[in-house]
Amino acid sequence: MIEAGHFAAFLALVFSALQAGFGLKTDRVHAAFFAKLAFLAMAFAFATLIWAFATSDFSVALVEAHSHTLKPFGYKIAGTWGNHEGSMALWCLVGLGFGAAGAWLLKTGRPAFEARTLGVQGILSFASLVYLLFASSPFTRLDPAPLQGQGLNPLLQDPALAIHPPMLYLGYVGYSFVFALAAAGLIEGRIDREWAKTARNWTLAAFVPLTLGIALGSYWAYYELGWGGWWFWDPVENASLMPWLIGAALLHSVIVTEKRDSFSAWTALLAVLAFCFSMLGAFLVRSGVLTSVHAFAVDPLRGFFLLGGLLVLGGAALVLFAIRAPKLSGGPAWVTGSREGALMGNNLVLTVAAATVLLGTLFPLIAEAMGETISVGEPYFNLTFTPIMALALIALPVVQAWAWGKADLSSLWKWALGFAGIVAVFWLAGLGPLNIPLMAGLGLALGVWLIFGAAQEIWRRAKTVKRLPRMPLRVWGMTLAHAGLGLFVIGAVLETSTRTHTTLALEEGKASMIAGWSMQLDDVSSIEGPNWYAERATLTATRGGTTTTLQPEKRYYPAARMPTTETAIHKTGTADLYVALGDGRRDRAGRTRWTFEVFLNPMIDFVYLGVILIALGAGLSMCGRRTRTAKEKA
Amino acid sequence: MRARTKRLWGIGAAALLLSSAVALAAVGLKQHADLFYTPGLIAERGMPDVGKRVRVGGWVQNDSLTYGEGADLDFIIEDSSGETVAVSYTGIVPDLFREGEGVVATGRFDEAGEFTAEQILAKHDENYEPRELKNAAPARVETDGAGQSAS
Repeated sequence: MIEAGHFAAFLALVFSALQAGFGLKTDRVHAAFFAKLAFLAMAFAFATLIWAFATSDFSVALVEAHSHTLKPFGYKIAGTWGNHEGSMALWCLVGLGFGAAGAWLLKTGRPAFEARTLGVQGILSFASLVYLLFASSPFTRLDPAPLQGQGLNPLLQDPALAIHPPMLYLGYVGYSFVFALAAAGLIEGRIDREWAKTARNWTLAAFVPLTLGIALGSYWAYYELGWGGWWFWDPVENASLMPWLIGAALLHSVIVTEKRDSFSAWTALLAVLAFCFSMLGAFLVRSGVLTSVHAFAVDPLRGFFLLGGLLVLGGAALVLFAIRAPKLSGGPAWVTGSREGALMGNNLVLTVAAATVLLGTLFPLIAEAMGETISVGEPYFNLTFTPIMALALIALPVVQAWAWGKADLSSLWKWALGFAGIVAVFWLAGLGPLNIPLMAGLGLALGVWLIFGAAQEIWRRAKTVKRLPRMPLRVWGMTLAHAGLGLFVIGAVLETSTRTHTTLALEEGKASMIAGWSMQLDDVSSIEGPNWYAERATLTATRGGTTTTLQPEKRYYPAARMPTTETAIHKTGTADLYVALGDGRRDRAGRTRWTFEVFLNPMIDFVYLGVILIALGAGLSMCGRRTRTAKEKA
Repeated sequence: MRARTKRLWGIGAAALLLSSAVALAAVGLKQHADLFYTPGLIAERGMPDVGKRVRVGGWVQNDSLTYGEGADLDFIIEDSSGETVAVSYTGIVPDLFREGEGVVATGRFDEAGEFTAEQILAKHDENYEPRELKNAAPARVETDGAGQSAS
């Protein structure tokens, strides 16, 4: 069975080469045909992998290394992409899927452009398939076949992490199609309104799953690692944040190209960079050149291949850009105080923010080359990334109302007054009734400012209540996304600046106080699951009239010889009471004290709610009716 | 002339943003890049600055782990040089934190030369070790080939 899959993957390689060839020769029909065939072949190959995992076929080396008969069925399936080789197969599948979707859905009225896009996408798919088949083949057999597998890393046996990689890859690899669109546009020297309209939709198609994928990964880290936080500025996390920031910049710059036929070169550059950052992310995560808290099986040789691919593909695109960019049109004139100026500011901030993340992520590598081992942690990012982004968020509600070309700046003082008012209100509220630190008060003010700004903008466009529901989905999408950003800021700032954290050491029957909660350890018992056993603590938490039971666990997975932490979370409505069980320590009298990390994380749900709203808003704005700017122009 | 003034405003704002970003990044990297030490490196280069966040990596010395009040614990980090660093920590430890195993502690030295850790990382699973430790193994661990080669 797996040999058939292996053969199908080779077929996919041949078909994607044909797709590239016909595409670059501007043969739309044949390029599309082979794009679809390549996807079907790879889908079959991937299905044989899933089948091998589902049936626990340990004669396949990959299944033996990452699965086990005792593993729950859902995680057997998810185990297909819960490892390096399988995830690269998923990468290829998604890339070919975008190619096939493009063959089917691209209808721009310019067959040569569409063919070239499919051609470039074919090259990218071909490269990823070469890497899959020759540097990390998932199709290898074992002889003789073992009776049992080694089990999946238990940290990955989790619902959020089962769908996290497919989501993330839809985003990462989705950008490859945007890259292909940009390359095709640059080859023809046409990055215009029509191009922008197409590119915007495909960017959104990648941006939405990328956003959700990052949120899933962050949520998983929050409840599974037992560290009480949701973002650690770890290289693996930064690797996903950078393409997100570039994608967000691209989504804003492509609007200018679509509406004003301006920023063409810059938009094309961002479209190329987004996928380059995806490839850079794959290199950083898979090569092991950086120390990450997230364990990945790494291989320097593969890292070398990935870096080579990044340099060749990214380099070729940048050379193409350098040749063609000067020929692109500039669009009508604009002044700084205009919508163009505002969106240029947005792009400047997002790319500079991405650059600070890049610097912080790569600096340990640079230092290592100079003989020094260092790590760059949260304080660096708080000092650089946070203030730069805060600046953009303060400006957002003001500048989004600016008109194209030249804005009326006479009401600027009203905005300044409004912002000062909101800051003053929340600063005083923070000092008084809310009793929160200054930073939390300012963060709260900024979040409310953003939500107010989003509401004000849609009101400005609709003018009457009656017209609100009839506003285009694009406008609703923007409103939701910007309001989601506000919710995220409120959650993120309040959570990080007012979180309470204590370590407890309790004997059975004893109690301790934390943040107004009385925590009593009732008992610690041994329990057994399908493929693990565990110690489970039962704690009774009481505050005021509220009583709740928390049962954090420390699991041990014998197949993988690996322990994990299962946190217990009680949602109070405004905060998470979060408990992780540590080790048991026996004293000389023979009594055991159990250790716990206890967190009270206020408003953490707003972090995830905000991100989900951003994804929802981006999704909505993709569904909007096609505007008719092209016909108006003609 | 007015249009040109306005354009200059925009360029000025962009330049200000870029230069402050560069300045922030430079300060950030200077102050917040945590240096990595092994006990041997400290003996060689001298003590890191008091109160500066650093990471110390090595192996937990056998029979060095003692538990104090509450969740307090003390242990000693050693490496192949024979030098040691005493660490105190309050909190739960990683699942694979054990005597004789690799560890990386992030924290600060005080005036008395005591190291207080804020965070302790051990290996994630049987196959993974902190990569800084590849070259710092104490001699007795190197004889135990099976545990080492897997990283």
